[in-house]
Amino acid sequence: MTETYTGPILEIDNLSISFFTRLREIPAVMDFSATIMPGDSLGLVGESGCGKSTVALGVMQDLGVNGRIVGGSIRFKGEELTTMSPDRLRALRGREIAMIYQEPMASLNPAMTVGAQLIEVPMIHEGISKGDAYARALETVADVKLPDPKRILKAYPHQLSGGQQQRIVIAMALMSKPSLLILDEPTTALDVTVEAAVVQLVRDLGRKYGTSMLFISHNLGLVLDTCDRINVMYSGEAVERGSIADVFDDMQHPYTQALFRAIPLPGASKTTRPLKAIPGNFPLPDARPKGCNFGPRCDYFEAGRCDAGPIPMQRITGDDRHLTRCIKFNAIDWNAPVTKAIETAPTAPGKVILRMEDLKKYYDTRGNTAFGGVSQVVKANESLTFDAREAETLAIVGESGCGKSTFAKVLMGLETATSGNITLDEKSISDVPIENRTTQTVADIQMVFQNPFDTLNPSMTVGRQIIRALEVFRIGKSDGERRRRMLDLLDLVKLPRTFADRMPRQLSGGQKQRVGIARAFAGDARIVVADEPVSALDVSVQAAVADLLMDIQARQNTTLLFISHDLSIVRYLADRVLVMYLGHVVELGTTEQVFSPPYHPYTEALLSAVPIADTRVTKRRIVLKGEIPSAMNPPPGCPFQTRCPRKHQVAGDLCERELPPMRTLSDGLQIKCHLPDEEFAAMEPVIQMAGNSVA
Amino acid sequence: MVRLILRSIMGLFLTALCLTFLVFWLTNLAPNLEKLAKTQGNARMTDAAVESWLANRGYDQALPVKYGEWLGVVPGYVIDGSDGTTRARCVEAGAPVNNPPRFCGVLQGDWGYSTVLRDDVLTIIGTRLGLTAKLMACVMAIMIPGALIMGVLAGMREGSRLDRSLSTVSIITTATPEYVSGVVLIAVFATGTFGMNWFKGTATSAMEDANFQNFFLPVMTIALYGMGYIARMTRASMTEVMTAQYIRTARLKGVSFSNIVLKHALRNALIAPFTVIMLQFPWLLNGVVIVETLFNYKGFGWTLVQAASNNDIELLLGVSIVSVIVVLVTQLLSDIGYAVLNPRIRLS
Amino acid sequence: MEPLTWTGSLGQFLNPVLMITATALVLTAAAQIIAGLFAPAVTLQSNADGSLMARGGAFGAVETALKWAFIATVVTLTAYLAAGLVMPYGRAGIVGAVAKRFLPVFIALIALFAVSMTFKRRLGLYGKLFDSTVGMIGFTLVMFWVFSAIFSGLFDMIATHDPLRPISGLKNKLPGVSVPEEGLYPHYLLGGDNLARDVFSRMVTGSVVVIAIAPLATLFAFMVGITLGLPAGYFGGKLDAFLTFIANLILAFPVILLFYLLVTPEIVATGIPSYMAAVLFVFPLVFTAVLLNSRYATQPAKRTVILVVVLGFFGWLYLSLISQEDTPLRILPAWLDGFDVNSGILVVFVSVVFVNAPTVFRIVRGLSMDIKTRDYVAAAQTRGEGPWYIMLWEILPNARGPLIVDFCLRIGYTTILLGTLGFFGLGLPPESPDWGSTINEGRKLLLIYIHPPLPPALALLTLVLGLNLLADGLREESLRD
Repeated sequence: MTETYTGPILEIDNLSISFFTRLREIPAVMDFSATIMPGDSLGLVGESGCGKSTVALGVMQDLGVNGRIVGGSIRFKGEELTTMSPDRLRALRGREIAMIYQEPMASLNPAMTVGAQLIEVPMIHEGISKGDAYARALETVADVKLPDPKRILKAYPHQLSGGQQQRIVIAMALMSKPSLLILDEPTTALDVTVEAAVVQLVRDLGRKYGTSMLFISHNLGLVLDTCDRINVMYSGEAVERGSIADVFDDMQHPYTQALFRAIPLPGASKTTRPLKAIPGNFPLPDARPKGCNFGPRCDYFEAGRCDAGPIPMQRITGDDRHLTRCIKFNAIDWNAPVTKAIETAPTAPGKVILRMEDLKKYYDTRGNTAFGGVSQVVKANESLTFDAREAETLAIVGESGCGKSTFAKVLMGLETATSGNITLDEKSISDVPIENRTTQTVADIQMVFQNPFDTLNPSMTVGRQIIRALEVFRIGKSDGERRRRMLDLLDLVKLPRTFADRMPRQLSGGQKQRVGIARAFAGDARIVVADEPVSALDVSVQAAVADLLMDIQARQNTTLLFISHDLSIVRYLADRVLVMYLGHVVELGTTEQVFSPPYHPYTEALLSAVPIADTRVTKRRIVLKGEIPSAMNPPPGCPFQTRCPRKHQVAGDLCERELPPMRTLSDGLQIKCHLPDEEFAAMEPVIQMAGNSVA
Repeated sequence: MVRLILRSIMGLFLTALCLTFLVFWLTNLAPNLEKLAKTQGNARMTDAAVESWLANRGYDQALPVKYGEWLGVVPGYVIDGSDGTTRARCVEAGAPVNNPPRFCGVLQGDWGYSTVLRDDVLTIIGTRLGLTAKLMACVMAIMIPGALIMGVLAGMREGSRLDRSLSTVSIITTATPEYVSGVVLIAVFATGTFGMNWFKGTATSAMEDANFQNFFLPVMTIALYGMGYIARMTRASMTEVMTAQYIRTARLKGVSFSNIVLKHALRNALIAPFTVIMLQFPWLLNGVVIVETLFNYKGFGWTLVQAASNNDIELLLGVSIVSVIVVLVTQLLSDIGYAVLNPRIRLS
Repeated sequence: MEPLTWTGSLGQFLNPVLMITATALVLTAAAQIIAGLFAPAVTLQSNADGSLMARGGAFGAVETALKWAFIATVVTLTAYLAAGLVMPYGRAGIVGAVAKRFLPVFIALIALFAVSMTFKRRLGLYGKLFDSTVGMIGFTLVMFWVFSAIFSGLFDMIATHDPLRPISGLKNKLPGVSVPEEGLYPHYLLGGDNLARDVFSRMVTGSVVVIAIAPLATLFAFMVGITLGLPAGYFGGKLDAFLTFIANLILAFPVILLFYLLVTPEIVATGIPSYMAAVLFVFPLVFTAVLLNSRYATQPAKRTVILVVVLGFFGWLYLSLISQEDTPLRILPAWLDGFDVNSGILVVFVSVVFVNAPTVFRIVRGLSMDIKTRDYVAAAQTRGEGPWYIMLWEILPNARGPLIVDFCLRIGYTTILLGTLGFFGLGLPPESPDWGSTINEGRKLLLIYIHPPLPPALALLTLVLGLNLLADGLREESLRD
């Protein structure tokens, strides 16, 4: 930057943004203030619908036809943005302020080459020639650590993987070396290990170019990793803002506190230190309560005071850059210990009820053979061997393409296994497709799905959907009996009985997920496969749904197969963990064992990649290079060898030649790796918590 | 890409075979043949006479054989008729039969003889198709640019007044089939009733000498109906593209609105309407038939009506092949064009 | 009786008013389109109370002017009709007399709107239609012709004369001509056609043919398309490839050629249309059977009763429909054969269904492929539901939005097809008053007499336009959820 501007890059004062419908005004952001100094990065955290993205679009002055800034000011380098002329604004966009979004695929033009989209930026803003712009593009693509920049520039977006696309979006944002970079959930669509690499890249480049950043995320851990300051939003308002240390360790707003108590940090455990879900639901934008928006869900709510009128931001005494929107912050004892939930005794796992033996599932994706198409085999699952016992929670961990969904399909009977065996209660079911299974077997193995907006049929009432499951499982003799049973199930998942006659669109995401759980347990399922059941939910709801699952499981002695990519939640609720990579089980052991050394190198990288929202935690940073290989064309030898950071510790090219055997280390931990024993013994924990190691 | 084209061509041939066989079967059904015998021979023929008339001319052979002969892959018949005359498929009626060519079918360029227009089918189709091509060229020249401009202008700012005005126009034209708009246009612009006797109500003279006065109404009649439809497709596609994330990316890169529309949106927005335009062809053929009948313009569509309503079997078959092939070729072009426009298909 | 003029005594003062308002409307509309090209992008200005402010400046002025010009024109046009209703017969001219003939339709429309507006919040998508101006206009146009068809078809109310009976001396007479015969309605309101029949009555009775055939034929096409499209999309594979090939085959066939080949007396004589009817009309039967069976398969006793009753009735309808006296398909004995359909109508019906079904098939197939990836479908699969239950109860209800919209559009398309058939004189009896045939007859003398083909042309235009607008309104409202 050649200018000698030294003031704040971005100042937002009492910003209010509303959207207008035909009937009324819907406020999206109210009374929002923030300041970003040069080189600083500010994190904007909140659950979906809290207005954090609207703030970003407000800064970009791109609120669409219905949105409008109704109050306050946004100054960029001292210049007022809200009244700026369209021409001046266009000159700023891309040149001074750049933005990166959540969906990299959607933010790149599918009909233009990557190069054309990149060189456009400096050509518009700096008027440089095409050749110079091309040279700059090559440089920037190299900066975002993409291999073979020339080839990349010639490619179309769809020819790149998700991680590469996001790097291109970042490169595009940096082409004109802007002073402010706005990142709106830049890694949400990416896998954990890719996310870690992208986050590190953003942090390094921000430092290199001296760019200020506005980082928007729902993930507190990511904000901790990337930002200096943080602004917590709830229902259109900033509720607390301050430095990372202030907000993480000395929070002064009940919502911030509740948020931290609802996320599974290291040390939380379902038996000894359960999570505390935030009660109630997020208020709809057109039905916000009077006074404090968080009031109805707040533990410290005081009628007559908290709901009296609008609450301004209050300065915390002794810290002029730490503010909270709570009138009672001085009256609350922030260090009071969490009111202990009733400690539940861990249920002892019973007999083995489900056993996988050397399960393989290959798909034949046949090209058009008539025209010389090559028949290709996708090896979705390679020799899965494990067992699951009654009443235990077995977590299956892995990133996209690791074969966990295929495994679920085979188990459910939607597909039949290529080879190997699945036995349920000593009966083989691997070759029995679902239409040939007995009603009892089908009812025994049920599933909870990931996407709450997709899990229920939108055109059938909630009650009808549960009753249908009862009908199919031949439960109840009459319609009346089934209706009673359905109401019982609603009680079980803690939903009001009146929901029976509602349509799914009238329910929130968490409530839909509860209905999905009720449906899965309709036939008293003994094995429930939960495919990322909470990952699409907001943080405050996640804990409640996870606890509900645990609760029902404990009561009914169900075996829970918990599929997830989120190691924090896995650590919180699993008894045993199975890590998958590219169709292989690479590690299998108790939660304790998997989360502490020795690790499989992939588990190690995965653990390091998961952002943790705790300032006391220090992590060893292991950033994996490259992308997950395609299951259509897996590497020879060890599936992980293309990205393994410990490959050099194995003598020769053993990793490239031979698939490692499943080795059983001390006390039953199984690892599929060629590493010599002494390397395993020398492994350090990835996560250290203020002196003592937690994992 | 090459494989895609090969596959499309294979499909094209299969479809063309199936369709021509279907037409062949329908035109060669017993009642049609009986009618043919009676119109060609004698209207008061007895059933037996009809039968022998047909048998002498090879019409009583098995359907696949007849189809094969017509196609030119089965040797043409040589029949010593019950009336003493020897007839061969490959020899003109009345000419002596000695050493006839073995095959004479569509593939050999022998498309038969029209009983109504009294000429070689191939010649008829050639001239008529030329006339229709003239009409269609004018239609396309007006319809496609008009529709695309309307659609893009309407779609670039959804909900604006311009959008609403143009959408109203296009929805009205899609609701007006050619036989309605043709009648209305003639009533308004070709009779003196509304004081606007500007154009001619028939296009017969346009066959030799097309000018604005005699050609404008038929061209507009076809163009209007298709225009509204394509404009609506373009608009829908354009509005969808304009709300896409990558357009926001471009806007926030500082690209000006006109460049957003021209450089970023247009190509993506035209992919969908492109296929629509191509798939309009079967439907345009309808329009051609209606308009040529209405304006008495003796082109391909008019020929189709003549052939069909006069049971002119060989002409009808010829017309069918041509229209089926036109339709299929446009479908092929639409597939290829789609792939060329869309890098996602082209490069996979 | 005196011949009627167009507007009677009303014209003296209403005609100049209409001229002024209409000119203003055209001018402001043009000005507005031109202004729209140059005006900046719309930005909202809100008032303090949160309502939206009107746009000012020259552009705003043009907009306001357009609005008022439009209102004035509509008011003037309504005045013609309203005055026609209250003034004695003849005083308000042809317009007034026509308005009077349509009085039952207007009453029915107003009643329908009053009821629907009152309960619109409880009527689902239909109720939401009344939130959209476009949708309401479309619905009005459609219902206008539906009511016209009902009143003239069932109660013989609106038409003034027998649409098939010529009255000597009235050949090609201009609108408003008085009828010489005693005891009949005193005028030919829209004149006489070239066979001296009443154009107005033919137009009104023509609506009966369209309203009776088009929706029903579209419904059948949907049944066929859905019954085949769902499994094609859901199972994929060879079945899909085969069905798609067939569908493309039919789609590649020029419609007009198909009509010329199918809808001729020779083809009807071979019985092919009857066989096609037998095949096509079995789909609704299969559809209903599968629909009910999959729903009640878990309760066998209940299922059997329902299936026997419903299929018994539908089967009888089906057999009555396809068995005809003079065709090869004479399955039912005469005493059981409930009704007969004119073979001309049947062949028209069959070919329209045949032409429409492949497009519906493609739409349903696409929707089915899309929806089958949803988790609720997976949930149904994991609880062991059969494929037909999943297709008909999990997938189909969630595809209803686009299908309803397409249904409206397709009725319009079918109406156009029926008109095309009439225009070429195919299928329907030559004296039939349907709009296509009437246009066809009128066009021959079009350059001399424009009044016979114009009324049916405009009638068809308004009905199809109404259906298109209705579909637009429905699409807009269903997307708003």
